[in-house]
Amino acid sequence: MHLSVALDGAGWHPAAWREPDARPDELFTGGYWADLVGEAERGLIDFVTIEDGLGLQSSRRLEPDTRTDQVRGRLDAVLIAARVAPLTTNIGLIPTAVVTHTEPFHISKAIATLDYVSTGRAGVRVQVTARPHEAAHFGRRSFPSLDPADPASVAVREQTRDLFEEAADYVEVVRRLWDSWEDDAEIRDAATGRFINREKLHYIDFSGRFFSVRGPSITPRPPQGQPLVAALGHRAVPYRLIARAADIGFVTPREVAHAREIVAAIRDAQEAAGRGDDTIHIFGDLVVFLDGTAAAATERKTRLDELAGQEFASDATVFTGTAGELADLLQDWQQAGLSGFRLRPGTIPGDLEAITRSLVPELQRRGVFRREYQARTLRGLLGLPRPVNRYATT
Amino acid sequence: MTRPLKQIHLAAHFPGVNNTTVWSDPRSGSHIEFSSFAHFARTAERGKFDFLFLAEGLRLREQNGLLYDLDVVGRPDTFTILTALAAVTDRLGLAGTINSTFNEPYEVARQFATLDHLSGGRAAWNVVTSWDAFTGENFRRGGFLPQDQRYSRARAFLETTWELFDSWQGDEIIADKDSGDFLADPQPGTFERTDEHFDIRGQFNVPRSPQGRPVIFQAGDSDEGREFAAASADAIFSRHGTLAEGQPFYADVKARLARYGRARSELLILPAATFVLADTDAEAAELARDVRLQQVSGQTAIKFMEQLWNRDLSGYDPDGPLPDIDPVLGENTISRGRASVRTHRDPLAVAARWRAKAEAENLSIRELIVEVTSRQTFVGSAATIAASINELVQADASDGFIMVPYITPGGLDEFVDTVVPLLQERGVFRCDYQGSTLRDHLGLAPLPRAAGGTPASRAAS
Repeated sequence: MHLSVALDGAGWHPAAWREPDARPDELFTGGYWADLVGEAERGLIDFVTIEDGLGLQSSRRLEPDTRTDQVRGRLDAVLIAARVAPLTTNIGLIPTAVVTHTEPFHISKAIATLDYVSTGRAGVRVQVTARPHEAAHFGRRSFPSLDPADPASVAVREQTRDLFEEAADYVEVVRRLWDSWEDDAEIRDAATGRFINREKLHYIDFSGRFFSVRGPSITPRPPQGQPLVAALGHRAVPYRLIARAADIGFVTPREVAHAREIVAAIRDAQEAAGRGDDTIHIFGDLVVFLDGTAAAATERKTRLDELAGQEFASDATVFTGTAGELADLLQDWQQAGLSGFRLRPGTIPGDLEAITRSLVPELQRRGVFRREYQARTLRGLLGLPRPVNRYATT
Repeated sequence: MTRPLKQIHLAAHFPGVNNTTVWSDPRSGSHIEFSSFAHFARTAERGKFDFLFLAEGLRLREQNGLLYDLDVVGRPDTFTILTALAAVTDRLGLAGTINSTFNEPYEVARQFATLDHLSGGRAAWNVVTSWDAFTGENFRRGGFLPQDQRYSRARAFLETTWELFDSWQGDEIIADKDSGDFLADPQPGTFERTDEHFDIRGQFNVPRSPQGRPVIFQAGDSDEGREFAAASADAIFSRHGTLAEGQPFYADVKARLARYGRARSELLILPAATFVLADTDAEAAELARDVRLQQVSGQTAIKFMEQLWNRDLSGYDPDGPLPDIDPVLGENTISRGRASVRTHRDPLAVAARWRAKAEAENLSIRELIVEVTSRQTFVGSAATIAASINELVQADASDGFIMVPYITPGGLDEFVDTVVPLLQERGVFRCDYQGSTLRDHLGLAPLPRAAGGTPASRAAS
């Protein structure tokens, strides 16, 4: 079983920052993030993801709020990953990048560089945004105020389809740029005075509906060749993005039969996209509140809900219980064809440490989780080979 | 009464994609692996340098329509590598070039504010602007900008990021677990900016960073560039490293500060400086000649010549005489993605000068290029170099230097081991860091909580 931890601020519960062991004063320091990722690495976790966004967090779906009782403010996730990379040795690092308002050329070299500074442990989770106020931060495009939860609306369908088409093009550009240098492009040939063999560098000449990019990258091909690409999806359109463009899909099953449906939908889309032979890992997302007894876990979450003034709601299934009960559930759901799970700790460090210090040992006892890291790259941890360069002719 | 000795500021430029970088030497390591950057940064920090600097270029250079292959090619993403270096250093400032044409203010401000947070207040930004459609081909929004708009765009970009940095005052986050108030302000980071280049509004999502905003560097040399720096920058990367060129530049730029209500100490003049260091001056002079030959191969000499001539000269022998044909005038089409070709303002006159020199001294193409391009700023023993640096700084030719070694990553080691102690003995360079932020190292006062004003408003005041 593969395990990932999704890091976000003080945890995924809006009142998590008020827990006695929370460190809300340190959310914007390097030491905080180094401690979190270090804890995950001691738990032999495959990789962490780091949330991000191009606007302040909000309790409303489409606009900012004025709440003062929740964590607001974020650091750039790619740079958080870069800050912790030299301090860790095995764990994968998958920051979020919002593709709607950013440049694929910049993100491609940033993730390639993250792969260099982590010596082969980088990935990127791509995310789209249709929030009008975030578009106003850039002033380049605007979005109507549509509720993305209304799939019946034609306008929502078209906008969603375009955003994800654009995301697929974005990933294509990022991937071509990673391959735009062949591995042996640097030759340092003193006789001819050439540092590179220019035949081994390639213009990517991408031209699509949304943008065009010439290349090559300014950054040589990263250690993994292709760092990993991940995306979160809840419906058919994002499932197609996962199937077309990603190595890892994060999904939100409600129960095991639902997990089976989702996996089937992604596998069908994968065949349709001509990627039937590629490995795409599907991870089930869960928000977890863990304690020594199920009652204690429920009591703790209830207390947090009271502090927040409302019951915690999430796109993912919310689990409260013991590590043993969670292990049961994960093993059960995995049978639906999931490679593993991305656990979103309800509170940090509390639920993060419950994952690394209780759940992981429980899964190890059951013989379904590693007892030591056996690879030094993220591809290695996930059993993925280093891909051949698409431009290589020899 | 004698004037007290000025304290020297030293910085280190990572020698990567740069025609002074020697890649053919057996000691030359990787220009892309993190271990090289970490070694270089740790050396600079061991030497108590003010900061490390990384340059940027967003499209690979071409000459004669082909990728330029004679220099080091390939570099990392500036923000990512600087933030990673924050993990392996404690005090060293982390400076990088970031282009104002191929980026958006909201994103750049987030990245610099993040770097400043994650380094504990050590971020610096060398603001550059370009206008070429060539580089723009790598970006979804293109990037072509009429040349006369580049400073206006750069100024607007910088002002906009300052509004974003200042949109958080520094006291918004209370994080009081008992009361349940995380924020003191229900709408932190509120900003609005409308000008000829930007029309943006909303809330910035990174709280105020330790320095308030990154230290601002500027490299422009024109009258407009100097004025821009006097209004807005904390340091200038100058190319005037000699006494004769440095003093008038220094006097000119420092004199402009009063117009903006700024003291002379609020803008540092830091020329780039190459160096060749050996046990004796004689050995250094000999080594310097060898280094020049490594920097200028026969092939490189022809390419240099083509950049001025603006035409294909591949048929010429680098060990033979200069071309008898004249440079092609007008827009430089032979070389793209390279800033230096723009400095050839009068190619015919330069060519005539080069020919005269070559004839008078009986120089081949390669020998001439070795003579006329990028000579080392400092050549000598540690004692000689320390004395030269100190003399130039005390004579107000500069406030210090950005040292550019020719070997990656070990090219700074000997300088730190031998030159720095001599400067420390003279009492003109710190023996240890006195503060934790880059502003501290540069002798700049901390910014007030709300920094109070953009370049434009300061210019107006």
